[in-house]
Amino acid sequence: MSLGSWLRDRPHFLEIVYKAAENFVTRLDPLISWIGYDRVERLITPPEEIAKEIVFDCRMCGQCILHSTGMTCPMTCPKHIRNGPCGGVRGNGHCEVKPEMRCVWVEAYERSLHMPIYGTEMTQLQPPVNKSLRGRAAWITMLTGEDKEVPAGWEGISELTILDADHTCWFSSQEE
Amino acid sequence: MPQEIVPEEQYIAGSRLERILRAGRFAVTAELNPPDSADPQEVYDAALVLSRVCDAINATDASGANCHMSSVAICALLTRAGYEPVMQVSCRDRNRIAVQGDVLGGAAMGVKNLLCLTGDDVSAGDQPESKRVFDLDSIHLLRTVKIMRDQGQYLSGRKINHPPRLFLGAAINPFVQPYEWRPLRLAKKIEAGANFIQTQYCFDLSRFRTFMKRVRDLGIDQKVCILVGVGPLRSDRAAEFMRTKIPGVVIPDEIVDRLRKAPKEKKQEVGKQICVEVIQQVREIKGVAGIHVMAYRQEELVAEIIEEAGLLPRPRQPKAPDEDPFRPDRKWKRKSSD
Repeated sequence: MSLGSWLRDRPHFLEIVYKAAENFVTRLDPLISWIGYDRVERLITPPEEIAKEIVFDCRMCGQCILHSTGMTCPMTCPKHIRNGPCGGVRGNGHCEVKPEMRCVWVEAYERSLHMPIYGTEMTQLQPPVNKSLRGRAAWITMLTGEDKEVPAGWEGISELTILDADHTCWFSSQEE
Repeated sequence: MPQEIVPEEQYIAGSRLERILRAGRFAVTAELNPPDSADPQEVYDAALVLSRVCDAINATDASGANCHMSSVAICALLTRAGYEPVMQVSCRDRNRIAVQGDVLGGAAMGVKNLLCLTGDDVSAGDQPESKRVFDLDSIHLLRTVKIMRDQGQYLSGRKINHPPRLFLGAAINPFVQPYEWRPLRLAKKIEAGANFIQTQYCFDLSRFRTFMKRVRDLGIDQKVCILVGVGPLRSDRAAEFMRTKIPGVVIPDEIVDRLRKAPKEKKQEVGKQICVEVIQQVREIKGVAGIHVMAYRQEELVAEIIEEAGLLPRPRQPKAPDEDPFRPDRKWKRKSSD
């Protein structure tokens, strides 16, 4: 078992790390903005890429939604589905395209159940990917707000949560 | 129709399928097997058989990633002859620019129903070396067409002079993992814009009943019309092929065994009988609004299946109902001028 898959099976730990990192980066924002976003981006892109590739098999889409998708990278889905899973999941829960791989979204759902902080974000409608952000550092696009930019027609309706408060499927495993 | 009861002029698209569903009639749609041909007659021959027994005809978009006549062209032929198509659009072969263009083109040709799909992967078809696009997923596509229809603009925000009027459909597969998530994914599709649903082949009835129970508990069945996918199995070998080779098709062992035990010349008949039984059983499930018949290379059976399931004759294009069949307490008041 690789370090990445060992860590990915600890989604609650990862979401805590994510939350802390997000806090940290947001606090540093004034400093980063003073230095210049593009300068900092040039510095942090390679380490971000390496770290996220080891842990999440990251594809550097530049608009990270890991915490909303069970700490599982949706871009590793061969169909690049941001609102998965598709209907082609095999009987054993594996991918229709790569039979040897477990469905990314089956794993995302299972992990989201163990994520009390961000688990319910699975129900958000994720907007289409902005392909022009590919290869950018997601921490920087988060600070500049570019990762939240949606197509003009999509504006204002991207962060919908579909169900009122019926989270009966969430956290049942933790109550046991 | 599970949705809000509205006056006729506020119908989403006013398609025949929408009217039948709003009238609370059990809807029947069927899939047209697209020809590998440039001869329009082949489309008309296939449509003639189906049109007598169903309310709308699905024009598939290179399903299974196999190349056939395009769905937009089949729809153009069908609307020209007065048939009602459901245009299927998949995200596998075209990016968002092409898809939005096709939606407008289809609507201009008279298409009023649109089924939004992510699409089977290229590896499922006969040209697995082709490039997969998947610029959008099915939920993006639903929302994109909804934006075009309701806000009269492209995804970019640019204005559309005459927005398309489309009854939006989506596909669901309740029969594969993660089972508990499937009702919520359906809810996401409704939130994205789905008005009707066509499911994957339903053979596993107990799974489907569990799914529908959860759907009803969440109140989702009140917001969308669910058409259950059904189809005849030609033989136990065909069933075995479908459940192992076609992604997402689940066929329980009992059904395969029943086909295996049947004598060779009776297998097709038994397969048809199973299909009729599935239809009769899903009709009993609360929240099911119709069926979608997919009879790959067995089109000749579609009419028999629908007749034997007791679904003939199909209604003529119905008028707006006087009351919401799902909520009889809420009478729709007709205008005094009517």
